Amino acid sequence: MSKLDVSRRGLLRTGAVTGAGLALPTIFTAQSASAFTNDPTGGTVTLGFNVPQTGPYADEGADELRAYELAVDHLNGEGDGGMLNSFSSKALQGNGILGKKVEYVTGDTQTKSDAARASAKSMIEKDGAIMISGGSSSGVAIAVQGLCQEAGVIFMAGLTHSNDTTGKDKKANGFRHFFNAYMSGAALAPVLKNLYGDDRKAYHLTADYTWGWTQEESIKAATEALGWETVNTVKTPLAATDFSSYIAPVLNSGADVLILNHYGGNMVNSLTNAVQFGLREKEVNGKNFEIVVPLYSRLMAKGAGANVKGIHGSTNWHWSLQDEGSKAFVRSFGTKYGFPPSQAAHTCYVQTLLYADAVQRAGSFNPCAVGEALEGFEFDGMGNGKTLYRADDHQCFKDVLVVRGKENPTSEFDLLEVVEVTPREQVEYAPDHPMFAGGQLGSCNPGA
Amino acid sequence: MDAFLLQILNGLDKGSAYALIALGLTLIFGTLGVVNFAHGALFMIGAFCAVTVRKFLNLSVETIDPERTDFLGNPLKVKTPYVENWFGPEFGGLIIDWSVPIAILFAIPIMIAVGFIMERGLIKHFYKRPHADQILVTFGLAIVLQEVIKYFYGANPIPTPAPDALNGVANLGAIIGMDLIYPVWRIVYFCFACLIISGVFAFLQFTTFGMVVRAGMADRETVGLLGINIDRRFTIMFGIAAAVAGLAGVMYTPINSPNYHMGMDFLVLSFVVVVVGGMGSLPGAVLAGFVLGILESFASMEWAINLIPGINQIIIYLVAIVILLVRPRGLMGRKGVMED
Repeated sequence: MSKLDVSRRGLLRTGAVTGAGLALPTIFTAQSASAFTNDPTGGTVTLGFNVPQTGPYADEGADELRAYELAVDHLNGEGDGGMLNSFSSKALQGNGILGKKVEYVTGDTQTKSDAARASAKSMIEKDGAIMISGGSSSGVAIAVQGLCQEAGVIFMAGLTHSNDTTGKDKKANGFRHFFNAYMSGAALAPVLKNLYGDDRKAYHLTADYTWGWTQEESIKAATEALGWETVNTVKTPLAATDFSSYIAPVLNSGADVLILNHYGGNMVNSLTNAVQFGLREKEVNGKNFEIVVPLYSRLMAKGAGANVKGIHGSTNWHWSLQDEGSKAFVRSFGTKYGFPPSQAAHTCYVQTLLYADAVQRAGSFNPCAVGEALEGFEFDGMGNGKTLYRADDHQCFKDVLVVRGKENPTSEFDLLEVVEVTPREQVEYAPDHPMFAGGQLGSCNPGA
Repeated sequence: MDAFLLQILNGLDKGSAYALIALGLTLIFGTLGVVNFAHGALFMIGAFCAVTVRKFLNLSVETIDPERTDFLGNPLKVKTPYVENWFGPEFGGLIIDWSVPIAILFAIPIMIAVGFIMERGLIKHFYKRPHADQILVTFGLAIVLQEVIKYFYGANPIPTPAPDALNGVANLGAIIGMDLIYPVWRIVYFCFACLIISGVFAFLQFTTFGMVVRAGMADRETVGLLGINIDRRFTIMFGIAAAVAGLAGVMYTPINSPNYHMGMDFLVLSFVVVVVGGMGSLPGAVLAGFVLGILESFASMEWAINLIPGINQIIIYLVAIVILLVRPRGLMGRKGVMED
């Protein structure tokens, strides 16, 4: 019979060694869990889609949500796969992201910066979202991008067109697929020159906020480079509904082109008012008076009705494109929802796939690894031709479409027609271009 | 000079909408003593009456066109409105084209009914409650109404054009040798507003019903003691005020495509108009509507913005402050109204 002789000191020593041994893997796990914000540890990964679900951009937000839902379906191997079939990268297999099933939560930005930040914060802190995507306003996108940088999650911007998003307000954790105001100007200018010549006098009406300012600066620089003279630039309040008092001075200003740096409800109303005042039938300086809308949206064009006919502008993407990626996306979206997707839906869908692909290629959800995978990434098959995610500013460079309001639409969706696909080289600019100066990308923040 | 005259026209045009909404607000306040923050929503519902009539007139039969395809490559479904099938493409098209004026006929009974339901169903329960309660409940109602409209019609503006015959521009300065181009529909809107305002004043001034209402506005208790059911008449006035706001909305649709939020855009400005005109004063509301409309237009001119940056966004409130400092009861306010 043996006797177990255990001293108090020995028990403590054994206990300490055993405890440390047991705790060791936990410490490592805890360290790896806290390496970045919201590391998904279970069988699922949560994405946060932050779009306007109420307010004036609610319809655009609804279309964005449809696209996100479709992207999640395709990532999880449901549906026909959409653009996964045409995407040049074949890292995604339709089994989620890194084998984890994709789930999502949604937030309502209300197109207000503070509300958008609050909903993004809630999705990150309460729902464990590892990536935030969305937008319909540059002010909101810039605010949410800043929050994601602080929180240590990736922000895949939705519809945001201000130069500032990837200019003075760019952030290492933020990435934009959508084109910007500079690109609109660069794409439109040659087309405007061919259509209206190089001896024109332009009058600008501009929405008085970040997007409007950069849009005006961009199109003004592009048209002045053609030889056009800028007669006047007038800022209009974002809350304005009746633009008659801003349109009336245009009549006797000597201008023969009106450029409406307006989006959404502003664009619908200012264009409607301009057409009401007979500007399109007017002749000034021996030329037909023309109206230009630098940033077009099909959803907004619908609101302006017949007033968009013959009016030129630019857009990021259009459902009538005939490349394999666009056809695949339109087929998936149209089959599921019964109508073609908007450009906002397209960019949100693409951003979701690009994020998932970057995680897959990086082999990690760590935002810094994902950022590295996106930086300098070149891809094709997503509807815009060969595209580059530039490392210097996290801006995508791709072809830009110049469109015109269709004279004889065949349906309520058939409002715009593509008149030119401006090649990527024509809309590229140096990372230190003055219109984008003033900010630093900084370093990536993994959070935690 | 041309620019100056154009801004006066713009001001009269904007003022028409302000005056019509403010007139209805004042009618309700003067008769029932209720501060109705849902009045902008009535303007919006009127606009959506026009949208609904246009949608009904555009109800279509679908036929397949095998020659053409839709965005998914399926044979295209071509829609032909029933009215074009029934009355022929020309007359049917004309009916659709004139949908906004036609909507007036539908909007009047609908808006009176909406006014009755609002007043009998909700607002009458708040007559004896403080004005703050009335504001809260009517503001809440306005939000509910706009969300209902958004649910059925979406958040995007819906184009509702004027008839082609009234869609162009007219040179109002041709007679005096000036170039004064102005949209025909905006002239129609101004004339329509003058007609409605005159009609309401004539109704109150020259009919027995109107006389009783005016008496009730001056001294409700005495009119009641004479055995007149003044409450019923005031309810009818609520319906009329709703119809005035609704008609203003119907006719406004070709000027700016209606959306669910348009009532809120006008509401605050219209309240300022009422206060500047003088609480309870019908002529004051109309006068202030046109004056503030003109001032707002002038404040949008380049020289004004250069002189005082941002003046275009604050002019109405600035003028309201000045007028209330100089004339605390507003331009034509009466003693004792909202002063107890």
